[in-house]
Parts: sequence; structure tokens; C-alpha cells
Amino acid sequence: MSVVLEARGVVKSFGHVDVLREVDFAARAGEVTALIGDNGAGKSTLIKILSGALQRDGGEVLIDGKPVQMGSPTRARELGIETVYQDLALAPELGPAENAFAGRELLRPGLAGRLGMLDKKTMRARAEEAFTSMGTDVKDLDAPVGALSGGQRQSVAICRAVMWARRVVIMDEPTAALGVRQTGKVIELVRRVASTGVAVVLITHNMPEVLEAADRVQVLRLGRMVADLEARTATVEQLVGAMTGALDVRTDTPGDHR
Amino acid sequence: MTAIDPAKAPDAERTGTTAKGRRGRRLLGSSPAYMTAVLLVLVLVFAFAAPDSFPTPVTLRNVLTDMAVLLVMAVGATFVLVAAGFDISIGSVLVFSGVCAAKVMETQGGDGAGTVVLGVVTALLAGAAWGAVNGLVISKLKVPALITTLGSMGAALGAALLISNGTDVRTVPKAMISVATDRPLGVSWLVWVAAIVALIGGFVLSQTRFGRHTQLIGSNEESARRAGVDVDRHTFWLYTANGTLAGLAGLLSLTRFATTTISGHTSDGLEVITGVVLGGTSLFGGVGTVIGTVIGMAIPTVLNNGFIQLNVQPFWQEVAIGIVLVVAVYLDQLKRRRRNQP
Ligand SMILES: Nc1ncnc2c1ncn2[C@@H]1O[C@H](COP(=O)(O)OP(=O)(O)OP(=O)(O)O)[C@@H](O)[C@H]1O
Ligand SMILES: [Mg+2]
Repeated sequence: MSVVLEARGVVKSFGHVDVLREVDFAARAGEVTALIGDNGAGKSTLIKILSGALQRDGGEVLIDGKPVQMGSPTRARELGIETVYQDLALAPELGPAENAFAGRELLRPGLAGRLGMLDKKTMRARAEEAFTSMGTDVKDLDAPVGALSGGQRQSVAICRAVMWARRVVIMDEPTAALGVRQTGKVIELVRRVASTGVAVVLITHNMPEVLEAADRVQVLRLGRMVADLEARTATVEQLVGAMTGALDVRTDTPGDHR
Repeated sequence: MTAIDPAKAPDAERTGTTAKGRRGRRLLGSSPAYMTAVLLVLVLVFAFAAPDSFPTPVTLRNVLTDMAVLLVMAVGATFVLVAAGFDISIGSVLVFSGVCAAKVMETQGGDGAGTVVLGVVTALLAGAAWGAVNGLVISKLKVPALITTLGSMGAALGAALLISNGTDVRTVPKAMISVATDRPLGVSWLVWVAAIVALIGGFVLSQTRFGRHTQLIGSNEESARRAGVDVDRHTFWLYTANGTLAGLAGLLSLTRFATTTISGHTSDGLEVITGVVLGGTSLFGGVGTVIGTVIGMAIPTVLNNGFIQLNVQPFWQEVAIGIVLVVAVYLDQLKRRRRNQP
């Protein structure tokens, strides 16, 4: 599958702490790419750069092979990259449909629209369609999001991202706060998102989950990409080894060991 | 599928009918619905206690007229509170705008329409200016809204006293006063103005993008920011609109009392916030309706009128409202806490 989003030699430091040291990363259309690494490895920093929330100090970010500048999250969204943040960034008092269209509200046609009047019906129908087609268990489209279960809330955040993502959906630890059953549902949802043809970047600390959900696994350690593995053939021991450095995996590591 | 989720199962059995049924139940369980019931009970109690005087058109007219000035400000306050903001300065801004308008009309002289229009424009501009200052300080300098508006509450009143030399301006053009005594369709112009403000406010809050962004900011500011809403700009316009409405209220107060009533509005800000919160708007932002605000503002006014007719000391109204307010917010919190437990 083709590489949609790519980072080449991305460098980022805060003060004199080098958080990312020439990181290469690639996400392919229709695949789930897991990004793993120990705490502080630089995962969140990398995806913040890929979603426009942080600016890199060096290196390149490419979309469909062309270098791009991502000055802001808004710009990243225009380029078709949506991010599900760890804190979800949902408005608890608003409903799932209202959250799905937050900041992108549809207006009525004609004069009513020019007065700023919302097209609630269409937004609700479109959100319902998205939630159903993604097979989520969000049934009550009028309940405030704050009243939903953790898994349902996660589904709302993911569906919102999927509704708008043309190229890439990035998810930072989408299952961190969930129980076993809800985690299973979210993983299912993640697979389904990838099957629609967008590239999914999944950050998680749960190794069995990585092997279950991902097609590829890229491992960050101390600001360097140390491994790029096929999830099909990888084992948990291999992943943990790569993360901690106990085991140097050299399989298809792209020239990181200078 | 529903039955698998143990936390949801009993709930789903009870309510898991149609989306419409759920919506209806939610509406009935909402704070405005409770408060409408409270209001109806109050009206009934007073109607039985004073059957000759209370259930009359005169009482209705008095209640509406008494409400009008505060309601105009309460509509603005609803927006500010829904956006998780706060504005305690509106009473002082009302006085400041009224004094500015009265002074300008005094210098202009005469009773003509030109003078009145000049007064109207002055009051609105004076209110908008204070609102804009509040909005700038809150959105750009990031001073907490409570402190900012506490500051402008003092400053606006002080400025009003400076301009008026500490005495009420009583030279209000007759053309203007007649507006308050004119009663198209049975109620004063003041009531019509308040009604129009409430209608527009209700429409904007519940039906437009501006209203939706107001809720979004109040519910989760960070989420609004990430969704691409220009939070600072929106906040600025909210406080500016709120100040403008206080200016309009100053104008209404001027026409009603034919004087600037400088010392009569120190508690307006608190009364307005009380009514708005009674009407179901959350102090924590994200939730609120203008219809709720109308009901919330009607409750203290009805109590006041009822007590006066029953020869009960009207001070009891303040005691009663204080208690009702605390109970209402307690229930609101309880509901939230129960809801946010997954
Ligand atoms: N704004 C910042 N200023 C200074 N240091 C920062 C900043 N953001 C991140 N860091 C540092 O960068 C390093 C990588 O952080 P990052 O959040 O990217 O790690 P992570 O891989 O996402 O870890 P976790 O698994 O704990 O989420 C950490 O050492 C962190 O302290
Ligand atoms: Mg992280």
C-alpha cells in the first residue's frame, strides 16, 4: 500500500533535551501503523508534529510524497489528517452529533444559513450514519457525551475523526482508560477505520493489542526509530526488546544504527 | 446488544424506546421544566391567597414591567454563563450608560426625536465600550472574568458618579418617558423590547452557529480551540454584546424611572445571575436556555408581587430566593455527578 504520511529525519528538542533525533516514520493507506515506545520515548511529540500541534526543528514531513508545512492543527486537518487526542477533547454537555460537527457546523441553505442558522437535522442524520456505518454502540444521539460510557465516548471521538479524515487518523492511546470489553470494541473500530482506506496511526502501551490491531509496528526509543516490523510475524518479546533496548532488532530497521 | 452492558441494561429497559421518547423525558427532567412547575405553583398559591387582586391582568402587567429591565441583561448573562464566563459588572454598566445618555440628552436639550435617538445611541455605545473592555481584558490579558468584571463594576459606577457629580440626572426627555407609559397591546414598550431581546437571544443561542460555539466554549474550551473555533474572538464578542445589552437596560431603566437611579442597581448583577441560574443555566458552562432564563427571572418577580399583595414583608422574597437558588444548584450538581459516573 502507498505511504500517505511520512516523516524523514525529524528533529525536535525542548531546550537542550533532544526528544526526537532524526526520526523516520511512515503510515500507509488502509493499514494500522502502531507507534510504540517506553514512556518518554517521544511518541506524543512525534504525533503532535504530524498533526500540526508542534513545529519540528528539522527534517521533513511528506504527504503523498510531497513535502508539506504543517503550521497548525487546522492546516493538518485541511490536509486530511485528524487526531484523536488522549483526552478526547469532547464537549461533555453536547451530544455526539454536536461534537462530531464541532467547529464544522453545517448551516441551512439560503437566507437562514446566512443568518448563521444551523442545519441540525442534516448534521444529526450524517452523524448517525457515520456512527452506524462504523458499527459503534452509540445509540442515544441526544444524550450529552458526558453521560456516555468511556468506550462510547472513545467511539464518538474516533468517529468524529474518521468522518473528516481523508488521509490519516492518528490516535494517542485510545484504549488507555477502557475495560477489556470496550477495548475490544475500540480495536474493532480501529480495524474498520483502516479498511475504509485511510491510514491509521495507533499509539498504545498494550503489546497484545499492538499485535492484534496493527499491520506494522514502528518502535521509538530515546528519540530514535529503532525498529519497523510486520505485526504478523512479530512477537511481544521482540517488541519489548526493541522498546527497552535489551534486544536489538535489526530486521527492516532503516539505517538507524550509525 | 443493549442487554450485554450491565451498567446500561436497567436504564435501557426503562427508557430504551424511541429517540423521541428519550428526548421528551429529557425535556421534562430539565431544570427549566422544574422551574416552570415551581413558577406555576407560586402563581396558584398566590391566586388562592389573594383571589381578588393576584390573578388579574394588572398583576401580570406589573410582573412583566418589573422583569423587563433585568431580563434584557439576563439574556446577555445567559450567553456569558453558557460560555463558562461571568459578568458581575452589568448593574454598574447599566448606571454608567444611563448617566451618559441622560447627560448627552441634557446637553442637547429639547424633547425632540433627535435628542432621544442621540440618547439611545449613547447608551448602547457606552455599554458596548465597557463590554469590549471586559472582553479584551478577559480574552487577551487572561485575567479571570470574576476579577475583571468586579473591577469594572467598581470602575463603571465610579465613572458614572464622576460624570453626574454624584447626583441623579432627572432631565429625561418627555418623548422618552412616554415610551414607558405607552402600552401597545396592553403592555408597556419596555416589555416589548425585553421580549424581542429574549426572542432574538433564544434564537441565536439555540439555533445558530454563534450559539453552538458559545456552548462549545463553555463545555470544553480546549475542545473548541482544537475544533478551530476562535475562542478569544468569540469571548470578546460575548462580553461586548453583554455590555451593549446592559446599555440597553440602562436606557429602559431611564425611561421607566425618568431618572438615572444611580444607587438602585448595586445588586442587579447578582439578581440577574441568580435568575439565570434558577432557569437552569449552569455556572460551570455548556448548558443554558433563554426560555429557562425568562422563567428564572419571573420567579423572584412573582414572589415579590405576591408578597406585596399579601402584605408580607417583601424582604421575604430575598430569603426565599436565596434558599431556592442554593437548592437548585445543589440539585443541578447532583444530577451532573450522577451523570458523569460511568
Ligand atoms: N513541552 C515540553 N517541554 C519540555 N520537555 C518536553 C515537552 N514535551 C515533552 N517533553 C519531553 O519529551 C520527552 C518525550 O515526551 P513524549 O510525551 O513525546 O513521550 P511519550 O513517548 O509520548 O511518552 P508516554 O508514553 O509517557 O506518553 C519526555 O522526556 C518529555 O519530558
Ligand atoms: Mg504520550
